[in-house]
Amino acid sequence: MEGSNTIFSDKPVTISYDGTWYGLLTAVFDAYARKWQISGFSVAGRESQSDFFAETITVTTDDEKAQRVWLGLQKKVPKENCIQLYRCYLSEIPGIELSIFSCIKFYFSGFESPHLAYGNADVLKVNQTSKMVYREKHRMEAFVRFQRTSDDLYYAGIEPDFNVIPLLTKHFEERYADQNWLIYDIRRKYGIYYDQEKVEEITLNFSDDTRSGTAVKEVFHDSETLYQELWKDYFKHVNIPSRRNIKLHLQHVPKRYWKHLIEKK
Amino acid sequence: MSERLHEKLQILADAAKYDVSCSSSGSKRTNHNKGLGEATGSGICHTYTEDGRCVSLLKILLTNHCIFDCAYCVTRKSNDIKRAAFTVQEVVDLTMNFYRRNYIEGLFLSSGIFKNADYTMERLVSVAKKLRTENKFNGYIHLKTIPGASDELMHEAGLYADRLSVNIEIPTESGLKLLAPDKNIKDMIDPMNYLKKEIIRTTEESKIFKSAPLFAPAGQSTQMIIGASGESDKDIMHTANKFYKGFNLKRVYYSGYVPISNDNRLPGLGSAVPVLRESRLYQTDWLMRFYGFHVQELLNDQFPNLDPEIDPKLSWALRNMHFFPIDINTADLQLILRVPGIGVQSAQKIVGARRFNKLGWEHLKKIGIAVNRAKYFITCNSPVTDRKDYTEAKIRQFILNESRSKFLSHGGQQYNLFG
Repeated sequence: MEGSNTIFSDKPVTISYDGTWYGLLTAVFDAYARKWQISGFSVAGRESQSDFFAETITVTTDDEKAQRVWLGLQKKVPKENCIQLYRCYLSEIPGIELSIFSCIKFYFSGFESPHLAYGNADVLKVNQTSKMVYREKHRMEAFVRFQRTSDDLYYAGIEPDFNVIPLLTKHFEERYADQNWLIYDIRRKYGIYYDQEKVEEITLNFSDDTRSGTAVKEVFHDSETLYQELWKDYFKHVNIPSRRNIKLHLQHVPKRYWKHLIEKK
Repeated sequence: MSERLHEKLQILADAAKYDVSCSSSGSKRTNHNKGLGEATGSGICHTYTEDGRCVSLLKILLTNHCIFDCAYCVTRKSNDIKRAAFTVQEVVDLTMNFYRRNYIEGLFLSSGIFKNADYTMERLVSVAKKLRTENKFNGYIHLKTIPGASDELMHEAGLYADRLSVNIEIPTESGLKLLAPDKNIKDMIDPMNYLKKEIIRTTEESKIFKSAPLFAPAGQSTQMIIGASGESDKDIMHTANKFYKGFNLKRVYYSGYVPISNDNRLPGLGSAVPVLRESRLYQTDWLMRFYGFHVQELLNDQFPNLDPEIDPKLSWALRNMHFFPIDINTADLQLILRVPGIGVQSAQKIVGARRFNKLGWEHLKKIGIAVNRAKYFITCNSPVTDRKDYTEAKIRQFILNESRSKFLSHGGQQYNLFG
């Protein structure tokens, strides 16, 4: 497919890619090489609103091209601003690819310190979206609640607003270096597992037993209930009733996270 | 057995909760030994209580037995309450097991004073030592230093803890004499001085020897109770300023007095906790530490108390209208920081963004500044729409009206607190 479309360079094109970060960066590379006017992105196999007038071009992910874009970016803006683009990608917000693409184009446009141009709509959008994803990552670092299983695995199920699992690895690997743990994104159906050597991405097949919760008693370690109860005690007694401020409480611990928080269950 | 543990935890968490510090940031302890935990980041609030306060640390007393009789303290000798004491091992087990489940960032251990200062301090230190050495625990540890404890124990505490603190509690010496007759100011200041010198010495050493041991890497802090001894805001903030400048403290905390008795030296039971005053004091603290304000500009003999209705930055701006308006597209960062409605991050963004194009109201809004407050104090690249020569009183009225209607639409929580 690619290569045969150069004659349409002045016509808008929609990029179809595989939905990976490297796929998106490959699209950036090809767009530069072939001078495409990109009007949108779609992920192969996923539904999307496509531009009726635009031609769809399928991009084949190429690690080398992606790397060149990634390294090129780091010569233009600080590492943190490169990571911001990646965080935006993890937001999975429909249409975010176009903002990422436009922002990268601006970063390559030759201005000095282009990442400081908060007056530019794409730079601002990337900043703000990245901040939302970062906040969700930070929330997960706070809200993960490990439960110790009888075979000494510390397990936590999460349902974050954005796909933040890839951003969590480093934090948990450094912190919980002497225990086996698994953090699983229940909605996106994958997780990260650490065996005190390395972190791996895994997917699980839950049996009906686990899903219905009937097997829970045998699954967890003898001491698990004790510490959950102690934690609930502590949570209750560290509160000062005469300072009660539920509005503030809810702002910090929104209800949608409660079902995985021992102290709020 | 486990029932007794539940009861101990309830009593000793209850007794520790008036210590407001829950900070777990500012340390630099890595997980260097493939043990458990680290304390390198900016701190995490793992949950929030129903009073809206961050829960970052397991904050407990080792015991609430106490030989002192400080009027403002629940744990005072003369108070008729249930007493309990953890063993060293119990605290270690709780900390390890809570930490492994990602409930906490670490331990904040304080204690009532039993027998004498050194005896108590020794127990606190032994908990920290056990966690660090036997359990390879690298999470955050905040130890309370007991007034009057020996230099040797303070030194040992610094080797195992990330942060140490002595609570001054009452901001004036006369207040302290009245409410805490067993305490003397020298016993509190001496350990702070010792720690300050040790922290400076060990920091110098670590510049030369990379392997020099950490010594209280997150520094020291203190706390003052607000509204227990009739002190003014000026008394509080000038004392805080002395601590920041004189002892290199990382933080001073302000804790609105929660009435616990009908002692006639104190606000009686049922008096409201001064939460709004507390938050104005924190705002002032922030202005001193991050916005380049000198305490004297904010609180002085002419203005000894903060304005409860408006924040201290706005209050300062209204008293100093001759500074304004400033041009957002040319003014120094230091000046932009003084504009009501502009925070540190927004100020930095303005300075970065204005190199690309001159900024107008629309840009400023998107950057995140509170234009409805800032507009009285700045000019920008948009045509002047709403800048007449308003008097201070008029501006104050405009801003108050707007923020009141905002509070009302949110249920007026902030004002109900005083209802």
